[in-house]
Amino acid sequence: MAVEVPVEKWTGRVGEVRLGGDGCKRVTIGGANTLPFLKFEGSIPNPPAIAMEVWDSEPSGWPAALTSAWGDVTSDPAAWARKAVEYGADIVMLRLQSARPGMGNTGGAEAGIVVDRVLSAIDLPLIVLGPGIPEKDNEVLVAASRAARGRRIALGNCEEKNYRTIAAVCISDGHVAIAKTPVDFNLAKQLNALLADIGVPSDSVIMDPDTAALGYGLEYSYSTIECLRLAALMGEAMCARPIISHAGPESRHQKESRATRGVPAAWGDPAERAVLWETLTATTCIHAGADLVVMCHPGAVELVKFAIGKLMG
Amino acid sequence: MPIKGTDVAKKLPQRKGCKDCGFPTCFAFAMKLASGGATVDKCPYLSEEIRAELEDALAPPIKLVTVGSGEDALKIGNEEVIYRHEKTFAHAPGIAVLISDKEDDEGVEDKIAKMKELQFERVGLTLRADLFALKFQSGEKAKYEALVKKVCDAGDAGIILISEDLGALFAARDICAGRNPLLYPITKDNLEQAIPLIKQSPTPVGVKAESVEALIPLTSRLKEEGIEELVLDPGSGNFLEVLRDQTLIRRAALKQNFRPLGYPTIVFPCFLAGDGLEEILTASMCVIKFAGIIVLSDLKKDSLLPLLVQRLNIYTDPRMPLAIEQGVYEVGQPKDEAPVLVTSNWSLTYFLVSSATEESKVHAFVCVKDTEGLGVVTGWGAGKFSGDSVGAFIKKSGIEERVKHRKLVIPGKVARIRGELEEALPGWEIVVGPREAGELPGFLPALARSLTGG
Repeated sequence: MAVEVPVEKWTGRVGEVRLGGDGCKRVTIGGANTLPFLKFEGSIPNPPAIAMEVWDSEPSGWPAALTSAWGDVTSDPAAWARKAVEYGADIVMLRLQSARPGMGNTGGAEAGIVVDRVLSAIDLPLIVLGPGIPEKDNEVLVAASRAARGRRIALGNCEEKNYRTIAAVCISDGHVAIAKTPVDFNLAKQLNALLADIGVPSDSVIMDPDTAALGYGLEYSYSTIECLRLAALMGEAMCARPIISHAGPESRHQKESRATRGVPAAWGDPAERAVLWETLTATTCIHAGADLVVMCHPGAVELVKFAIGKLMG
Repeated sequence: MPIKGTDVAKKLPQRKGCKDCGFPTCFAFAMKLASGGATVDKCPYLSEEIRAELEDALAPPIKLVTVGSGEDALKIGNEEVIYRHEKTFAHAPGIAVLISDKEDDEGVEDKIAKMKELQFERVGLTLRADLFALKFQSGEKAKYEALVKKVCDAGDAGIILISEDLGALFAARDICAGRNPLLYPITKDNLEQAIPLIKQSPTPVGVKAESVEALIPLTSRLKEEGIEELVLDPGSGNFLEVLRDQTLIRRAALKQNFRPLGYPTIVFPCFLAGDGLEEILTASMCVIKFAGIIVLSDLKKDSLLPLLVQRLNIYTDPRMPLAIEQGVYEVGQPKDEAPVLVTSNWSLTYFLVSSATEESKVHAFVCVKDTEGLGVVTGWGAGKFSGDSVGAFIKKSGIEERVKHRKLVIPGKVARIRGELEEALPGWEIVVGPREAGELPGFLPALARSLTGG
């Protein structure tokens, strides 16, 4: 008895988004017309990319496994970004944490300076995230956008309640908008439509359907990402954007990555644990369809890069 | 696709009014059969031939296979979907640890001990590995049999017997046949020789070939002999081939209802990977991508729990609501001086807050306000976590009768509701907590001390 090899003929393709410019290294994500790594039935022009997270201020509340892995570079965003390049990042993600009211309440001027400093320190593409407070996001991300003209960075987050200013500055300065929605297929699709309506080109949007860490709802993220990817492959244009997943930042909040005392001995060494929980969060999202994962621990980055290398053949 | 009820009805004897199957008519029985609610043997009037035909047509597209015996026996297969959002993945893969009879006593004891010790309580479940995979490698049958006996005596975990030498394989099977071990590998070279031996004392069989397609004649032949408790190994040579082969087998079984591949699978990260970390990467891919049994070279503290949690996550019911019920939840055993926190009813938010509170080693009340499953910031934006509505919720939540203090911790991300909330809750002091749940362990202990210290 013979079997017809069950190959899927998808009609859709994920759009490609290019980051970087101005003579510096470029990274393109997206572009696949099949599910992750199924190269026997489609093309996957770009491997999943890894962005490493850098803060504009000394991190507070990070697990010991992370602070010790990075050492003293965390006091200087430019040095930190350079170190991320050494550790194999494809992209650096700068979080403008100091713009938070409780953490310095810095404004546009400071944001412009730090973005400029980090961009001068590296020749990789950059992602800049605001503090997540609408008024502050609009202020600091506009400044970041201006400072990064020509480098085609990604700016986030555009959310349903606050996307116009960030989207507009992405259009005018030639950057990429990150569209963030809480773990939900329809909300992700809607926000892509809203961004398209106000004129953000389809090759300038990355969607962030939100990530929950391993053990903290990862399965919801998995299925949301997988559904978005399946819809894209079935030809749904408003789902055909590359997907970013914040596997690292979510993992560093979880107990299993943080706790050093008062947990069962069977949990193992805290440093190894931090690496593995972050790694499995990231690879699970990649197997669901994420095109870009944000990560924190250099050890986890090494493992995820290794897995991607094997799977891209 | 599975057979339709109307087609089943055509095969039934259509005896009027016998009701021996417990259904009023043959048609009603047929519909029940097609939906899986009844079994063919309830009808006493079917010929052997028709019964076999119906049983075959009604069988699930991926056979349910049991490895092991007793309550803890591992059941795999019976999967109905390729994508987990469609329907719950039915049977989580078994995690096995490999022991070779060439390993020294100390190594063997260590693995047996770890199988017992590395058990984890999580959300009311015990997570642990399931099976021992015992490999004949020494060339000395007595040594192999001693290993099999030792592992059998050590506990109830299921057993996989691995031996290229059929003599050693079946001698070991005879030692532990009552434990219903999985025999591996049955290949094109030993198939005919193995068939009569398998039939002597049927247990599940692991079929190995050098490709997905090469499995087909083997499983077809075994089925002819009535041997259907099968587990498939398509001989994938690396990480990428594992993904391809597991995907193809699942699709052939479910999308084409192709019976010869309608069995659960086994994957050996222990033989494929260069080191322990690569092994975990391979194993965790197998958890997501359809494996039935995953064999590891060792059980390690750092890596076993994340793998088991991933398995738990992937095999949960996707229809579970993302929101949890509004109300007051206890973390630990809070008394009337315990801190009171309020958060939204998005389950992920609640998980983070409750686990961070637990980690703080503080007994506390977590008041969960219905925001229709939105996080606190989004919920605030949608008017479902405003000062007024949170105040009204706190008043009717009954928390005022359960604590003697009047301090309420709100999430730092919605510090702006403080004023409105203080107006809505006269007599309460609103304390702005950290922005991230992960920062609670640095915050709650001091607050708890201030509440008890007065």
